[in-house]
Order: sequence, then C-alpha cells, then structure tokens
Amino acid sequence: MELFRIKNDIPFMSYGRLTTAISLITFILAIFFLATRGLNFGVDFTGGTVMEVNYPQAADLDSIRKAVDSIGLKEATVQNFGSSKDVLIRLPAKSDVSVAKLSEQVKTALVAADAKAEVRRVEAVGAQVGNELYENGALALFFVVVGIMLYLWMRFEWRFALAAIIANMHDVVIILGFFAFFQWEFNLTVLAAVLAVLGYSVNESVVVFDRVRENFRKMRKATVVQVIDNAITRTMSRTVITHAMTQTMVGSMLFFGGEVLHNFALALTIGILFGIYSSVLVACPIAMWLGVSRANLIGDIDKDKKEKDGATNEKVVEPHPSDFA
Amino acid sequence: MNRYPAWLNGLIAVVVLIGLIYTIPNFFGESPAVQVTPAKATAKIDPALLEKVEAAFKKENIVLAGIMSDERGVKARFANTDTQLKAKDVLEANLGKDYTVALNLQSRSPDWLRNWFGAKPMYLGLDLRGGVHFLMQVDMKAVLKKSVEGYVSDFKSSLRKERIAYTRVSNEGQEIQVRFNSAAELEKAKTLIGKNYSNLTLTDTALGEEQVLKATLNLVEQKALQDAAIKQNIHTLHNRVNELGVAEPIIQQQGADRIVVQLPGVQDTAEAKRILGRTATLQVRMVTAHGMNNGARDYDQQKIDAAVNGTVPAGSELLKVRANKAGFEEPILVDKEVVFSGDNLTAADPRPDSQSGGTVISIRLDAKGATAMKLASKEGIKRRMAVVLIEKDQQEVLTAPEIQAELSSNFVITGMDNIQEAQELSLLMRAGALAAPMDIVEERTVGPSMGQENIKRGVHSTLWGFAAIALMMMIYYRAFGGVSVVALAVNLLLLVALLSMLQATLTLPGLAAIALALGMAIDANVLINERVREELRNGNTPQSAIHAGYDRAWDTILDSNVTTMIAGLALFMFGTGPVKGFAVVHVLGIITSMFSAVLVSRAIVNMIYGYRRKVTKLSVGQIFKA
Repeated sequence: MELFRIKNDIPFMSYGRLTTAISLITFILAIFFLATRGLNFGVDFTGGTVMEVNYPQAADLDSIRKAVDSIGLKEATVQNFGSSKDVLIRLPAKSDVSVAKLSEQVKTALVAADAKAEVRRVEAVGAQVGNELYENGALALFFVVVGIMLYLWMRFEWRFALAAIIANMHDVVIILGFFAFFQWEFNLTVLAAVLAVLGYSVNESVVVFDRVRENFRKMRKATVVQVIDNAITRTMSRTVITHAMTQTMVGSMLFFGGEVLHNFALALTIGILFGIYSSVLVACPIAMWLGVSRANLIGDIDKDKKEKDGATNEKVVEPHPSDFA
Repeated sequence: MNRYPAWLNGLIAVVVLIGLIYTIPNFFGESPAVQVTPAKATAKIDPALLEKVEAAFKKENIVLAGIMSDERGVKARFANTDTQLKAKDVLEANLGKDYTVALNLQSRSPDWLRNWFGAKPMYLGLDLRGGVHFLMQVDMKAVLKKSVEGYVSDFKSSLRKERIAYTRVSNEGQEIQVRFNSAAELEKAKTLIGKNYSNLTLTDTALGEEQVLKATLNLVEQKALQDAAIKQNIHTLHNRVNELGVAEPIIQQQGADRIVVQLPGVQDTAEAKRILGRTATLQVRMVTAHGMNNGARDYDQQKIDAAVNGTVPAGSELLKVRANKAGFEEPILVDKEVVFSGDNLTAADPRPDSQSGGTVISIRLDAKGATAMKLASKEGIKRRMAVVLIEKDQQEVLTAPEIQAELSSNFVITGMDNIQEAQELSLLMRAGALAAPMDIVEERTVGPSMGQENIKRGVHSTLWGFAAIALMMMIYYRAFGGVSVVALAVNLLLLVALLSMLQATLTLPGLAAIALALGMAIDANVLINERVREELRNGNTPQSAIHAGYDRAWDTILDSNVTTMIAGLALFMFGTGPVKGFAVVHVLGIITSMFSAVLVSRAIVNMIYGYRRKVTKLSVGQIFKA
C-alpha cells in the first residue's frame, strides 16, 4: 500500500501567498481572541482552589452551592464534571485565609450537607506560588524558543532558524488562540503539551530543511523554488504518516485519558494539525522570502561535504530523473 | 554490508535483557504490607529488630508473604488486608512507642530480583497512588524578628552595668534601636556592643535631638539563621510525620524558604494538617515536688510516694524524667502552669563549658520567654524547673535542672554526663519547638480510588495507542513495519526499565509522556522506512537501499531529536511537580528511542536480510514507480 503516488512535484511555493494569507488570518484571529477573551488560567497560575467531589447519586448542585455559600464563599463556582455524580468546585485565591484552611472548611461544609460526599481531589495553590509557576512557565517557553533557534542557526543557517521559529511560534499562538476562544482551562499540563509541541513540530521543519539542503547539493540546475517544492513533495509521505501515528497516540489519550489529560491531549492535537501545515507551508515560504539560495548555502555545503567525505558513505547518488520532472 | 559485528548484536541483546529484568517488577503488582520505622532518634534498625518482629508474628500465627529489612526499617508483606491490619496491632503491642508501625503497599515481585539486581517497580507519584502534597512556606521575616527580640533585654542590662545613659531600647522589626541624648554616650555604647556582639551590624543616625544606634544581624548571621530555621523545621516535620504513621514520606527543602511534604496514602488531610501545623510541644514548668535529696527546694519524698500511689495534688501532674544512665526514671510532680513554651525558644545548642570542662546546653529565649523566665527564676532560685516534651500526647520530662540564679534570655543548663547526652537533649528540645512559623501555600490531594483510576487511564491510553500504531505500521510498511513495531516495543521496555532503575517519580503527566514518547519515536522509523522505499524507487538494489536508507535517515533523526530534547530540558529546569515528571519521561524517552529506532530496528533488519545470499525484494510495502 502506498498512499502518495506523486508523479510530479507539487508547486507548493506558488501557493505561498495563499497559504501565508491563511496563516496570517488564523494568527490574527488567535491574537484577537487572546486579547479580547484571554486565557482561562487554571489554579496553577492564578492561585485558588479546585475540589473534585464525588457523590454516590446524582449530585444536587443547589444544595452544594448553599453549603459553600454558608461559609461565606460567594465567588465559588460549582459545576458538574464528567458525570452527574461528579462535581467540581472552584474557589478564587484569598489573601487572608490560607489555602489549606479553605479547602478544609469547604470539605467540612460539604460533608455536613451530605455525609456521602467524597472529596477525591484537591488542588489548592496560594497566589504567590501561582505567580511563580506563571513566571517559570514563561521562562521555560523563552528558553525553548532561544534554544531551538540557536541549534537551527548552528545546524543550518539563520534564515532557516528564523523561518522555523516563526512557523512554530505561529503554532503556539494558534493553540493559545483555541484555548482562549473556547475558554478551555490552561494549566501546567497544557503548558507542558505546548512546549512538547514546539519541540516536535520544529522536527517537521528540520526534516524539510534537511531535504532542501540535500537538494541544493544534488539538483545543481534547479531553481530555489523547484528545490523547495521537490523537498516538500518528497517528504510529504513521511510527514503525513508520522503525524498520523503521533495523532493516533494522542487520540488514544483524548479518548482514554480522562479529564486530567483531556486538555493536554487537545493542545497536542491542535499543535500536531497546525504543525504539519505551518512547518511546511509557512516555514518554507518565509525561508524563501528571507532569501535562502544556493549561494548562501555553498559554504555550508562544502563544509558538510568534507565531513561526509571523511565518513564511510562516500557514494553520492545520482538524482533520479523524476527529481527534475 | 548489512551485518552488524557480533559485539554490537551482543550489546543490543544485553541492553534488551537488562531492560527486561528491570521492567519485570512492574508486572507483579503490590500487596498489603506494614512498615516498622524508629519513632525516636535513639531507636535503631538492627537484626535484633527483625528477629523481634518475626518472633511476634510467629507467636500470633500471622502468615507472612515476605519480610525484609533495609536502612528505612523493617517491611513485612501479607496476603490480604485483614492479616495486614492484625499484624499492625500485634506489632504495636509488641514494639511499644519506640517504633512507628505504618500500613503500606509493597511490590510482590520476587526477592531475587531485588536482591540480585536491585530491581524495583517504578516509583509512583501521589496522583497515581493517592495521598497529600503540601508546600510549606517558612516565614523567614519572623525568624529574623524573633532572633533580635532577645537582644533588647541584653542591651538594657549591659548598658546599665556599664552606666551608659540611654533613653530607650526598642525592637523595630528586624532591627534593635537604642536612643541616647548625647553622641558621647552613643559612642561608648557602640564600642561596648561592637565588642560583645560580633554578629551585629551597627549604624548610627541622629533623629532630631536624639542619637539613635541601630543594630541588625549581619548577612552571614542572617543566612546561618535561615538555614538553621529550615533545617530545624524539616527535622520537626519529620518527627510529626512519624506520628502520622506514613510509610514513605518525603520532606525536602525547596528553594530558600520552602519545604515540600508528601504523604502517600494519607486520607485524613485534616488530621495531617493539624499535626504538621501544630505549634510548640515543648513546655517549661516549675517542679512542685521531687524525691531527690540534693539541696534543691521542694524535696518531699512523701508527696512523690503518695502521687505514685494515685494521690496527685491539685494543680500538679506526676511526670517521669527521661531515663538516666542507670535507666532510672525519676518520678516528679510538675506544676500544670506553663512558664514558657517552645515558641519562645530561639536556640538550644550544646557547647563546651570552660569552667567545668564538661558540656552544657546553651539556651536563648525571645523577649516573651525572657520576661517569663526572669519572673519565674527570681522567686524560684533553688527550685527545680522541668523541661517537658509532648510527643504523641505523651508528656516526658527531658531534664529538670535546679535554678541557680536569676535568669533572662541567655542561660545554660549544666550537669550533662557527656557530649552525646548534651547533643541528644538539645536536639529533643529543638524538636519540640518550630524554629519558624510555617504556612501551607500549596495543597494537592488525590484520593486512592482516583489514583487507581489515573493509572488505568494512563495505561489504557498507552496500550490502545500502541496497538493502533502497530496495526497501521504493519499494514503500511509490511515486514519493515513489523520491525518498527518491535523496535517501538523495545523502546517502551527500555523506558519503563530506565524509570524503574532511576526510581524517578512517575506521575499521570509522566504516563502521558510515555505515550507521547512512543507516538513521537515512531517518527524515526517512518523516516527510515520512507527512505528505504525511496532508495528502491531510485533503482537501488535492496541491500544498498537498506544501507542508504538507514544512513541518510540518521542525520535527520538526530536533528529532530535534539530539538525535542531542548524542549524537554527546559521543562525539566523550570517545571515543578507534575510537569517535572513529564519532562523526565520526555527526555528519557528521546534517549531510548534513538537506541531502539535506529540500532534495534537495524539489527533486526540485518538479521532478516543481511545473511541472505540473494535478496530480490524488500517487504516494505508497495513501491510506486513513476
């Protein structure tokens, strides 16, 4: 079985304007929603308390609300979660009461209202700790972006590095845009997913750029556009199959992972889908417009060739005629 | 050309075998167990303890599934929870209060795996096994404030002694201010204080008519105090957690002023918070009667005898002094009223005594403690004073020295037999006092059923995802797909083995990272298989297609794994708790995937095709030729 029976290279670069326009629109929309709606940060970042309570029968939300109100927590939200028997209670951070005392008060009130209430999970984060987690998260994102850029710059060329990072930041912004639009909860696990996606979809750009470099070496007579089109076409099969595999795993997580992993898997799903698109159809046009050419890769190629000559694999395979079709 | 040298094949086989050995313990599950740990610094873990535990079980006909002893304590496994509960009661009755007996879960994996290889199952985080996580913030401002308080009365008395005229000594936050009417007096005071207290930084300013001398602790002293406070709090927390009977608690410093407390399996969070957050358990009270005829006041043997027989005078309590060298526990009558408590104790350290040549315990009190001590010692000269430690609601008199002078914030307790005794006693005294107030700033509780459910979720995600990928790979790439699946299985095996070996904490995000690592690792095999197909399409022979396919793909695999690794390392450095768990697995997964996707899969392909004389066709799925 072979899904990709592509005879001629697909002229991806001639769609450059279109794909970039689509990207720009989604990007701007994502920024717009981030600005107007903002992210729905979880207690990890804002501080506050989340309690998951289980009842043997369908939970009576009104009486739970009354119980929580009775200890003076009017800002609390009470809602069903997963099933009608599970309830999620959220309380904002309070500076005057310690988080530990607060959760104990709520627990006592809930058990007083219904002795069968079982608190299954408590996450209580003080406002100060929340701030720090937020700062560390931002720092981690910054570190990843700088680290990947440095690596790509070292390995390829600044034009590739810049193009790849723009493409992948665009993925990150779009994931965040989705989370802002749907007001899905953004917590530490989702942040982990976002950073993992960043590392993962840079792979995509790396694979294509590797091919572009290789093509510059092999396809001496081809134009830059032809070289890039060929690289994308030849790696397309691998791109789609790999992403399908990873998405299968993520889909399994989305399906079996329960509430805790749900948003994690969602972030990965969006990241993977947009990752395919952006790392190929955004990164390459940008690299092209930044002026990637054989000339500025020559030094790179010569250096690379020398390394290769030293290695066991000395054979340079003649390009197949179809490469120039 | 497609053969690995024997040593490489051997190496791969050995690595896979090691992986297998360290993965096995994870399949045996856990059985109910009890764990015996020393409750006091004096109780030891030795072969005698193991024998004692075994003997106790034998006497009560309790059937053991296994027993072992390590540096943490003695652990015994049972077939079911009924036996486990019975065993706990038996041990508690037999071992007394020197040891804590905690319920625990222990791996059912055979002993030889642990004894020969040290193979243990993965260490599950709290979100997978249930329990509480607290992050406690130590109030360092309060530590510094409290430590300067004692200087107020010190300054007053030494200035008075030297006849230096001051107008006021006050405590302003972390600073002591002494006011004078003349600059000359201030200079005199500055020299005097500077000479006596090298740990203070002195500055002077003029405030209107008044001259003000400000004293603060210097930075070295502040740092030392903060370190000591953290250490002291951790020590105290250890003692209190022992009281809870938690099997494998984690109590660690995090950052400069925080402590993480993790209590696996603890369900009663209210009780845990009460015990962890409890303030001083050390009390100093006056002795109302004693039976030691050594010249101290209130010697009254009859009263003691009567009290031992049940007639305790109102307002007093009959307590016992900690056993002395001869093992004698002196009964003593102690006033119920507390002079001062552990709250007011800022330091209790052993130090050599230049006069007697022995060791004494040097005590420092804060302002409140100093005032109380002054009052009590003034009218209590020649009386005895009991230092009472309350542990598990049991009161024990640590020592009951005789007051020999009017005392204030600084004094010593003499009469220690040796340096060990002084060290132990000061440790116990400090244990009764929290060095600094603490507040819980983060709490994460997961119920046991939730933990089980989380494991199920993580494992199901991984296994079903794996099955689907395996199916797709085999349909699409045929034999090469099959090889990729075997390589992926080896990857999973090695990852689990590595996590078990390192005993890294596995959390639910960590389980997700295992799944994700597999989903991403398959990329390397897809790259290779696509390359092999392409080489065939370009008209290469099967053997050279394998060779070139693996070779070419390697560069790309390395590049893409480095970028993933950067993301993983950043998460590890800046992440906390569950995210750190994710990062650890993510990074380890990259390492194992490089090994399995490239080396293992190549070894298998070599095995299949490398030794055939003539290969006309590779089973890598259909090749479309233009």
